[in-house]
Order: sequence, then structure tokens, then C-alpha cells
Amino acid sequence: MSYASFVIQLLNGLAAASSLFLVSAGLSLIFGVTRIVNFAHGSLYMLGLYGAYSLIEALGRTPLGFWSAVILAALAVGLVGVVIEVVVLRRIYRAPELFQLLATFAIVLVIKDVALAVWGSEDLVGPRAPGLAFPVEILGRRIPAYDLLLIVIGPVVLAAMWLLLARTRWGALVRAATQDREMVGALGVDQARLFTSVFFVGAVLAGLGGALQIPREPANLDLDLSVIADAFVVTVVGGLGSLGGAFLAAVLIGVAKAFCIGFGFSKLTLVVEFVIMGLVLVMRPYGLLGKPPATARFGEPAPPLQPPRRWPVVAWLVAFAVVPLLGDRYITVLMTDIACFALFAVSLHFIMGPAGMVSFGHAAYFGLGAYAGALLFKKAGLPMELALVLAPFVAGLFAVVYGWFCVRLSGVYLAMLTLAFAQISWSVVFQWDELTAGSNGLVGVWPSMWLSGKPAYYYMTLALCGLGIALLWRALFSPFGYVLRAGRDSPLRAEAIGIDLRAFQWAAFVLAGTLAGLAGAVFAFSKGSISPSSVSIAQSTDGLVMVLLGGVETLTGPVVGAAIFTWLRDTLARETEFWRAALGVVILLIVIVFPQGLVGGLKALYARWRPA
Amino acid sequence: MNGVVLRVDALHKAFGGVQAVEDVAFAVSAGELLALIGPNGAGKSTCFNMLNGQLEPDGGLIEFEGRNIVGMSPRAIWRLGVGRTFQITATFASLSVRENVQMALYSHAGKLTQFLSRFGSELRPEADALLAQVGMLDQAERPCGVLAYGDLKRVELAMALANQPRLLLMDEPTAGMAPRERVALMELAARLARAQKIAVLFTEHDMDVVFSQADRIIVLDRGRLIAGGLPAEVRANRDVQAVYLGSGH
Amino acid sequence: MLRVTDLHAFYGRAHILHGVSLEANAGEVVALLGRNGAGKTTAMKAIMGLVPPARGEVAFAGARIDRLPPYRIARMGLGYVPEERRIFTELSVMENLEVGRQAARRGAPTWNADRLFKLFPNLGRMRERPGGRMSGGEQQMLTIARTLMGNPKCVLLDEPSEGLAPIIVHEMAESIRTLKGEGLSVLLCEQNLRFCEAIADRAYIIEKGQIRFGGTMADLAANASLREQYLSV
Repeated sequence: MSYASFVIQLLNGLAAASSLFLVSAGLSLIFGVTRIVNFAHGSLYMLGLYGAYSLIEALGRTPLGFWSAVILAALAVGLVGVVIEVVVLRRIYRAPELFQLLATFAIVLVIKDVALAVWGSEDLVGPRAPGLAFPVEILGRRIPAYDLLLIVIGPVVLAAMWLLLARTRWGALVRAATQDREMVGALGVDQARLFTSVFFVGAVLAGLGGALQIPREPANLDLDLSVIADAFVVTVVGGLGSLGGAFLAAVLIGVAKAFCIGFGFSKLTLVVEFVIMGLVLVMRPYGLLGKPPATARFGEPAPPLQPPRRWPVVAWLVAFAVVPLLGDRYITVLMTDIACFALFAVSLHFIMGPAGMVSFGHAAYFGLGAYAGALLFKKAGLPMELALVLAPFVAGLFAVVYGWFCVRLSGVYLAMLTLAFAQISWSVVFQWDELTAGSNGLVGVWPSMWLSGKPAYYYMTLALCGLGIALLWRALFSPFGYVLRAGRDSPLRAEAIGIDLRAFQWAAFVLAGTLAGLAGAVFAFSKGSISPSSVSIAQSTDGLVMVLLGGVETLTGPVVGAAIFTWLRDTLARETEFWRAALGVVILLIVIVFPQGLVGGLKALYARWRPA
Repeated sequence: MNGVVLRVDALHKAFGGVQAVEDVAFAVSAGELLALIGPNGAGKSTCFNMLNGQLEPDGGLIEFEGRNIVGMSPRAIWRLGVGRTFQITATFASLSVRENVQMALYSHAGKLTQFLSRFGSELRPEADALLAQVGMLDQAERPCGVLAYGDLKRVELAMALANQPRLLLMDEPTAGMAPRERVALMELAARLARAQKIAVLFTEHDMDVVFSQADRIIVLDRGRLIAGGLPAEVRANRDVQAVYLGSGH
Repeated sequence: MLRVTDLHAFYGRAHILHGVSLEANAGEVVALLGRNGAGKTTAMKAIMGLVPPARGEVAFAGARIDRLPPYRIARMGLGYVPEERRIFTELSVMENLEVGRQAARRGAPTWNADRLFKLFPNLGRMRERPGGRMSGGEQQMLTIARTLMGNPKCVLLDEPSEGLAPIIVHEMAESIRTLKGEGLSVLLCEQNLRFCEAIADRAYIIEKGQIRFGGTMADLAANASLREQYLSV
């Protein structure tokens, strides 16, 4: 690579870094003050991009029209942020962290469908920036003038934000609230207004990040999750709550991606940021410029875990067992799905509830188990039964590798690293056409003859998933499971009585990954095909939603949650094109009505909604 | 010296160029209670965290039963026979009192890796014996998350005794307790330690507890030991009065 | 100034306060004495709205405040100094004070940074130092100064002597006497009877969430069995 192309790639990277920085800075600011990981931040970015597109169309492709549109779009997104804060989040600041996450994820679903309804599913390509569309010649290469401007905007926003935070009363309040918002309230500061203003600023930054990209990338509906994954990575690499860190990380990742393209390894771009994140987190667990997070001051201790009572479990099993006798093929298929997802959710609950390790990327093991089963069957030519048995261990092997890194971290950082590994897995599956058939997925993954009937396959599913769930539940009451719970309650004390907590957590990760892999493999053979969506962020969040819907604090919660969620999604998807939004609204209502995640309340709701 | 369990010599630690602990040396013998006192920020916690393996010293020697433990992990130090309690109680809130103690016993017995047997079926009499020692047997079934603060301290003491330690490190054992409870807890710890020939090193703010329970006292100020000796000697020391005790005592 | 009537409060599921009644008049220093876990801190938090009162009434300067959020209560001129100090460790001394700043208030002494540095000279020597790099005693002074920046008529002081070296406790008592001299009312939680004897006009004793005694410091000094029973000093 010549010196000139090196410089050009560097400039490309810096231009890409600006928007990445803006959206991450907003995410970080909001997290710092409200302690909410705003999953919808990528959606706000997406709205900024769509908004700028429409406003430019309305205001005209002139420099004035363009820049007015960018600024108005950013401000409009800021107002959307205010609405989100006032209507939803303000009601749940006292709810458990994970419930807030669930709420912001529901907002992702709603915004996606709103965008679908307003702008349609086609990619929208915006105009090039009027007045800045000309190329500038640097070292004999041409680079768009607009990109050079973007390179400047990042540091300018960084400086402005720094001034705002370090030199104004608002900044002092924000930094104080980041540490102890209750105390700020006791000193006479109206928290609600402060939070709303923080949300506004954070959303404006996301909207601006999106709007500025309009000449560089088309507006499309997949941006929400891909941008939020990028922003998570930047925030975590830079250190939560550190603006300078976010900038550094955005530059690092933007430039690394640009060089991947420049060197001709464009396939690596999806993976490279996650590799950087993995490396940084292992060396500096709190990010480049981050500090260890303040420990929660009044963490409600987890209640004691009760083993499931016998008769409801027997009743459930009987209920499940009689389903095929009803003779309704649809219900049998639905129940097969529910059984798979129940095991998936229980395995996720195993690590995030009793073991206290929240995973945003549990789909990695589900999807890898599914692909392993399909590949062992189709490519390696193994009998279906053997493929099904071996597949979970392949997923478990990945959990061995991923888990080794993950158990070194805790809290939000751990969650984000799990997301990174899931995204790496997804990228590989998505891009390795020769092996996985890429985005088309693998087809013809059918079970053996004796299992080809839906009821037969259903009974096998019920047996395997039931055994998996029983194994996980049993393990929770063994010394091994007690160590996990003890380690969640007090890592300090666990270490002080000679327990190698990490080793136990690692083992828990592998066990949960293996059983998620079993769920995935069973699922793959039930459908006859498997696509990359089984490894996707959306699949991971489905798992989270199931666990949280049912309630983290009980063992049966995840099973109930899996059943409700799977049924609800299926029902809504058959009723309306906008099933995501409908699902999102349902989740929001549940979160707002039962902010403490009461399983009982959900059960009542479920009873009311069940088709009569 | 005979009976010395813990010997510290020339201990150093600096944070960002500031000496937090400087040239500290002392020793504790079996069955002896040594109090480490000093104003806030004197380096007591830093000192403590180096002894229990949480922090690595910049220089110096920490010898437990004649063996240098500098650089060992907290886990390894515990395995050698060092128990500890925390300034802010650290127990397993979702487990019962008995299960908390059993957890320490299981760990000591190397029985934690069992995967399918039910936890709690073994080592129950041993756990109950420890709980009886600290007067918590009647609350054995309650989860630690609902206990009163003073009771948590007792549970911690029982857990710290589970590995039959020869050295007990207690960081502000009575912080946050009512005055009468404080002396009672420390009396209990002292009685158990003397009976079992355990060496005890503790930090403490409450001078009533220190002067009534400690066999010897050492005083830390700005990272350095400024005095040491029997309670009466320390109480009479002018330097100690100036930096710490004030004229009221 | 402050009147609490039959206050009940829960912490989680635990019923902590069982009908607490007390009052503090303008310009008075009133001590709330009791053992750890007796309900002192919860009483303060319930008055301040940080723990929602389940039943009972809190009136401040003639107005009901027992359903208001903490920031509204603070804006009425009731200051709160928490037990654990809760300094903003990343913020400098000046910034900590800025967060506490409110407009001047009629009927209450008006404070600014310079006046506070006269009251706590140590703080004046470390204006730009982050709160996290101060000693316990300095933090205790800063947390009081920060609350005074809101120009309160009355302050709730939760265990100001806790964890301080005896010399600093002595200085703290001096400062509180100065505040009283300014006309401020103070409701003070303490376990340290000697400290209260030095500064308080009246005292209440709280035990298991109920008031067991209310009277002047002289009454309390004369009643040894009361002190033995509830304060165990």
C-alpha cells in the first residue's frame, strides 16, 4: 500500500468515525445519567437519516435546504427522544435495569414499523451534499469535500460537548447525577427535567449522526440494530461515560474498517470492530478511558430461589403431552417452537438469573447449534440422529472460547461482549457462502423417517427440551449452582472463601451454551431449514424478552415467557404486517403496568388473551 | 520469635506517586489481638488489602507462618489458613444463614464441584456448630438478605472461622453497629480467637472497642507507624493524642 | 418550623417507622438519638421524601410536604445532609457547591462559597480538588456546605460525627453551633450522646421506630436509666 492510499484510507476512516462518535456519545451520556442502556439509540439514528431524506426532498436540494434539513432532522429526533423519555422511561426509572432494557427494545420494534409505514421497505438514497459534492485532490487521489467536513465535525462536537459538561451548571448537574441522582434530587434539582434534557441532547446527537450520513449511505430499515451494535462497541471500547474515550474508539474502529476495505478484505469489516472490542476489554476491562462502574448503592438482594413445585410441573408436562392428540397441526408446530424456545430461554436464564451474567448474545449458541446440526447432517453426511446429538457440543465448544473472555467482565460490559461474539458469529455465518449458503441459509434439513410426522417430532422435542430444562434446574440446586448464586450475591466473599468464581462461571457459560445449542439443533430439524436470523441480535433479544416477560426471579418464569412470546409473535404476525410494532406496544404496556415484572400479573394477562 | 503467625516488614505501597503505606513493620502471635488504628486516610485499608492479597505491595515482606505470601491471590491466602471479615458485610444474600456457612465449609472440603447432588445435605452439623458459637443457630433458616446488620457480622465471623484459620483479618469489624453490640461482637471474636489460638489483626474506629479488647495496638498516620505497644502505652503517647485521639480521651 | 406527626414508613417490606412524632422550632438544634437500626436514618429520609411515608403527616414552615418529591421539599428550604456524605467524587469542591446552589430565600441565612469557606476554612484551600480526593472529615464539611448552598431554613443532619477522628468531631460541633447562631434550625441524628450534649437544645430518643423520650438535654442528662436503656453508652 502506498503512502497516498494509506492517507486516503485514514481520511475515509476518520469521516466514518464522526457519525459513529455522535451516536455513541449520545448513548453514553444517556446511560451515564439515567443508567438506561438505550437499545433504541440506533433507531433514533435511523430516524435522523430518514428524516433528513424527507426534509431535503421538501426543502430542496440547495445548500440551505440541505443544512436546514440536517439540523431540523436532528432536532426532530431530539423531540422523539423527549417523547420516549416522558411517555415510557419516566415511569420505569425505578424498575429493574433489565426491564428498562426490555422497554427500550420494545421502542426499537415500534420505531422500525413506524419507519416501514412512513418510508416503505425500499432503501432510500439521499442526494449528495449540495455545494460540497465536488472532490478534493489529496496526494493525487480524490476524496469528497463532504467527507473532509465530516472529519472536522466530530472533534467540533466533542469540544462543544466537553465545554457544555465542564463549564456549565447543566454539565455539573449531569455529572453529579451520573454518580448519584437521588442526592441531586435531595439538593433541589428536578430530576425529571434533567433526565428529559439529557435524553433530548442524546437523541439530537443520534439524529445528527444519522442525518449527516445521508450523502454517504442509503436510509434503510436494518440500520437500527446494526448501528446500536456499532455504538455499543464504541462505547464499551472507549469506556462507558467517557466522551473522549468514545471519540478515540470511534476513530480507532472507523479507521480499522477503512483499512480493511483498503486492503481488499472488505469481508472483515463486520468482524474487525468486534475483534478490537474483545482485545481492548481483555486488556482494559472498563474500556480505553473508562473507570470501574460505581457499585450499586442500594441493590435489592435477590430473593432465595425456590425449586419448582412438583404438581404445576407435572400439570405443564401433561398439558404439553396431550397437544398432538388435539389433532391440530398448527398447534403442534407452535408447541414444538415453544418447547425449543423454552429451553433456549431457560438456558439464558441460567446464566443471567442465578449466575448474574446478562447476555445480549445468547443466540450465538442457539444459532451455532442449529447450523452445526444442519452442516453435520448435510455436509458431513452424518445420520440426522447423530448430527442432533453432536450439534450441542459444537455450540458448547464455541461457548468455551467465548466464555473464557466473557467471564473476565461483569455487568454491562459483559453483556456487550456477549453481543460482540454473537455478532461475529452472525457475520461469519452470513458471509461464508460456500459453507453456510450465506443469507439464503441451508435447506433440506429434515429429520429421519421415524420422526417425520409432526407429533413424533414434537414428542422428541418435548423429551429433549424437557430433559435439558430439568438438567439446568437440577444443577441450580447442586453445589455448583449454589456457587453461581453465591458469586452473584457477593463475588468478594466468594473469592474470600477460596472459590475460583471465574472457573464456575465459565462452566456455567459452557453448560448454558451447550443446551442453547441443543434447542437450536432441535429447532433446525423441526423447520427443515435454517437461516442466519437464528444467530442474529434479534434472536438474542427474543430470548431476553422471553426471560424478562416471565420474570428473572422464578425458575418457571422463562418457560412461561417463552410460551407467551412465541404465541404472541405468531398470532400478531398472522394478523398484521406491523406485528413488530404491535408486539412492541404489548411489551411496553406490560412493562408499564407491571414494572416489577410480576409473573402473576403476566399470567393473568395471558389467561385473558388466550384464545377462548 | 516464638508463636509469630504473621510478620510484616518494610511494607511499601504508593498510588500515583503518593506513598500510602511506607515502611510498615509489625508481627502478630497466635491467640493475640492486635488493633491497627489511625485517622481516615492513614493507610489502614491499603495495609489490610495487601495482607489479604487484594493489592500487591510495591515492596516488603508479608510472612504467614514463615512463608512469604506477597503476590499470592486472596484465594490462595485463604487456603493457607487466613480468614477475613469485611468492613461492609459481604454475605450471600439469597442463601440462608446455614447455607452461607456451609458454602465456606464445602469450599474448605473441596466439595463444590459436584454437579448433580443437592447442596446442603452435607456438613450440616459442622455448620450448626459454627453458628452456635456465634449465637446465630436460631436464625439458621433465614436468608442473609433480611438479617439485621449486627447478625450479618456474626454470620461473617462464622464463615471466617470455617476454614479453621490461624490468622483472622477483621476490617472495621464493628462499623455500623450500636455501641453495646460492638463490644459484644469483639468480645465474642476475642474469646473464640484466644480459645482456638488464632492470631487476630483488626482495624477499628471505636476506641472503646480497641482499648477494651486489643492486646496490643499499633497506630498508623499518613502511611507510617507512629506508635505501638500495650493499650495504656498508646493511650499515653503524645503523638497519638495529637493526630488521633484528641484531648477528649 | 418542622412538625412530624404519626409518621410510618417501610423500607422494602420491613416496617421501620411506627408512628414517629417530633418537632423542631425555628432556630433550635434538636437531636434524634438512638441505636443503629432504631430508625433514625429512615425518619430523615421519610421527612425528605426519599423514602415515601406510608402514613402520617410532615409539615414544614406551615405546609404539608409528605407527598412531595424530594426536590420540591428541598426547594421549600429543607436541607438534607446524608449519613454517607454522598459527595460527588468526580466534581471539584466548587462544582459540588454549584450543584447545591439555590436562589436566596426570605427568612433564611444566605450562603455563598466565600461565606462557607469562612465557616470551613479547609474547603477554601482546596476549591478545585475533586471530592473523591478529600479525607473523611473534609468530605463531611463539604456535604454540609453543599446543602447550605441551597439557603435552607432547616437542615436534617444525619450522623455528622460518624467515622470522624475525635479532633474533627470537635470542630464539627463548633460549626453546628455557628449555624445555630445564624438562625438555622437543625434536626440531627446521632448515636454519639457526648456530641449532642455539646450542641443540642432538645432531644428525642427513638427505638424500634417509635419515639421513647422527648425533652431537654438537661432532662436527658438527669435520667441515667433512660440513657442506659436506649442508648447503651
